[in-house]
Amino acid sequence: MTTTVYVPGDAGALSVGAGEVAKALTAEAARRRAPIKLVRNGSRGAYWLEPLVEVATARGRLAYGPVTAADVAALFDADFLNGGSHALSLGAADSIPWLKGQQRLTFERVGIVDPASVADYVKHGGYQGLTKALAMAPAAIVQAITSSGLRGRGGAAFPTGIKWKTVLDQPAGQKYITCNADEGDSGTFSDRMLMEGDPFSLIEGMTIAGIAVGATQGYIYLRAEYPHSLRALRTAIAAAHQAGYLGGDVAGAGKRFELEVRLGAGAYICGEETSMLESLEGRRGEVRVRPPLPAIKGLFGQPTVVNNVVTLATVPWVLAHGAEAYAGFGVGKSRGTLPIQLAGNIRRGGLVERAFGLSLRELLYDYGGGSATGKPIRAVQVGGPLGAYVPSSQFDTLVDYEALAGIGAMLGHGGLVVFDDGVDMARMARYAMEFCAIESCGKCTPCRIGSTRGVEVIDRILEGVDGERNIRLLEELCETMVQGSLCGLGGMAPFPVQSALRHFREDFRARVK
Amino acid sequence: MDPLPPAESAVVRRIVADLKGRPGPLLEVLHAIQAALGFVPEGAVPLVAEGLNLSRAEVHGVVSFYHYFRHTRPGAHLVSLCQAESCQSMGAQALAAHARRRLGIDFHQTTADGRFSLEPVYCLGNCACSPAVMIDGRLHGRVTPERFDALVADGAAAP
Ligand SMILES: Cc1cc2nc3c(=O)[nH]c(=O)nc-3n(C[C@H](O)[C@H](O)[C@H](O)COP(=O)(O)O)c2cc1C
Ligand code: SF4
Ligand code: FES
Repeated sequence: MTTTVYVPGDAGALSVGAGEVAKALTAEAARRRAPIKLVRNGSRGAYWLEPLVEVATARGRLAYGPVTAADVAALFDADFLNGGSHALSLGAADSIPWLKGQQRLTFERVGIVDPASVADYVKHGGYQGLTKALAMAPAAIVQAITSSGLRGRGGAAFPTGIKWKTVLDQPAGQKYITCNADEGDSGTFSDRMLMEGDPFSLIEGMTIAGIAVGATQGYIYLRAEYPHSLRALRTAIAAAHQAGYLGGDVAGAGKRFELEVRLGAGAYICGEETSMLESLEGRRGEVRVRPPLPAIKGLFGQPTVVNNVVTLATVPWVLAHGAEAYAGFGVGKSRGTLPIQLAGNIRRGGLVERAFGLSLRELLYDYGGGSATGKPIRAVQVGGPLGAYVPSSQFDTLVDYEALAGIGAMLGHGGLVVFDDGVDMARMARYAMEFCAIESCGKCTPCRIGSTRGVEVIDRILEGVDGERNIRLLEELCETMVQGSLCGLGGMAPFPVQSALRHFREDFRARVK
Repeated sequence: MDPLPPAESAVVRRIVADLKGRPGPLLEVLHAIQAALGFVPEGAVPLVAEGLNLSRAEVHGVVSFYHYFRHTRPGAHLVSLCQAESCQSMGAQALAAHARRRLGIDFHQTTADGRFSLEPVYCLGNCACSPAVMIDGRLHGRVTPERFDALVADGAAAP
């Protein structure tokens, strides 16, 4: 009897040897004449257990990890194809405590299904949302998204339903759905995991968006640093076409929706939505002045929805299970769940999807298990390179857009980057300014010149030149950038710097050469 | 500016002809050129400009805006080291210092024998397995200096 074995094809799993494990498994199975069917699933997100191998047995999917190619022969000896026990046994994959306590809605299929198979997607509940949407009036679909309380997961947390309504309300004509898959924030990888592990949920979400607002063409703007995602998306788009879920007659309902992937080219600013639209049009990614909003005049001057990967991939769940079910998760104005990414110096890093309202401490210690180095955690940067550094005294803050704003931080795309007590916060502040200088689109002075000045001023502080005066100068410079920048890059790059000055001022002292 | 050798000119002209009908084609064209030639030669700019009905300045402006497009021929192996925050928290800067020593070049340089080019990148989406390195499109996580040496030794063995 053929046994199904799962070895992730996710880029992160491959980066720690999943490809070698898959090769060794295939070779060893052939040698022993043990018939196996190898499925390259996505990652379940428990990266400290990758490569995580699963075997389909009568007792469910049993997991082994982290497996190296050198372990493979011993796994066969232990009869792992029948769930035999081995030092790397983890029991049923679903009951690994780190995974079991999660509330996976957007990521319900990631790591479970075959990301290349429409049939597997449908078998696991896929395309139920589209089926419902096709039976609804466009305004009712938009209303469902509004009622669910879903806010944009790309960083700005704007209510998705309101954005869609603006596009729906524009006169009929060419409209576009664009997916922001630029995921430039350090510490984030949820978009990547989703595109590689369950690309059909993004395709379905974009199709529903198109039907809701009257758009027939979608573009996914994917960063060039994600070649594995590109392959997964191209495979899935072709399969969806083949199965009649994309094209001139979506699901036999007589509606058109086409989808194309476009590659970015290594510019962080192209994650900002208007810069992304410029880039999609084949130009320099210079930020546009608003108004007009992209929802009114976006791609090629037409009404355009711009949403993040996770936002769009959540839409099928909302339609399939109902707006109320989604809004039933979460706290305050942060409804639903958030795929949080634990990154950096953390023992058990990976993806944790939970309803809003758990604390940073729970994430860092209960899930994360503390730092990877075993030293005390000193700071956590929340929300990417433009996010504040949060000190350990504030780890009881909840994951909730408003609670984080309340301590001068922001949730952004949900990444937590952990630093142990070896971190030099003045260096991190310098890096924030340097990053802004490298990535500035150059359109406005406070960002372009201010960030370069910021680096110089921090250098002078570290050299011991006029310490107090230069710290004051740095604070003023930050204020100027926050007030005078056209977009969030120049406008928020000071946040990590200001938070470092506020919470870790002792690090801003002269260095002994 | 050197004009392109005839074979490369032909490649560029064919790419432009294939893609010019698409909406907003310039980035697509540049990606295709870099995929075919390994970089976007200065000599390709006038051909692209002419084919897409743009000014040379416009095309040049786009090529220079994006970090991903290279202006010179890269080494046989492209080594990209992530230098963003998450990887910094796990020693990416020390790894970069090691890589510079090991290859004898700085960022944005190519070894004299043309085997390796070294580039910084800012996040490869592998932040739960920091520090991350990409070599010729293959991603590697939890890279120690020893593992780095093994990876470039593999690379040196391959063509
Ligand atoms: C400098 C900067 C970079 C950004 N990068 C991204 C990004 O990589 N991905 C993303 O989805 N949104 C990013 N955003 C937010 C987008 O501008 C926009 O709000 C978002 O794509 C809208 O989708 P959402 O409502 O679904 O979040 C960025 C914003 C700024 C100011
Ligand atoms: S703040 Fe910076 S990135 Fe944003 S528009 Fe101004 S110069 Fe461009
Ligand atoms: S910061 Fe290095 S992979 Fe994300």
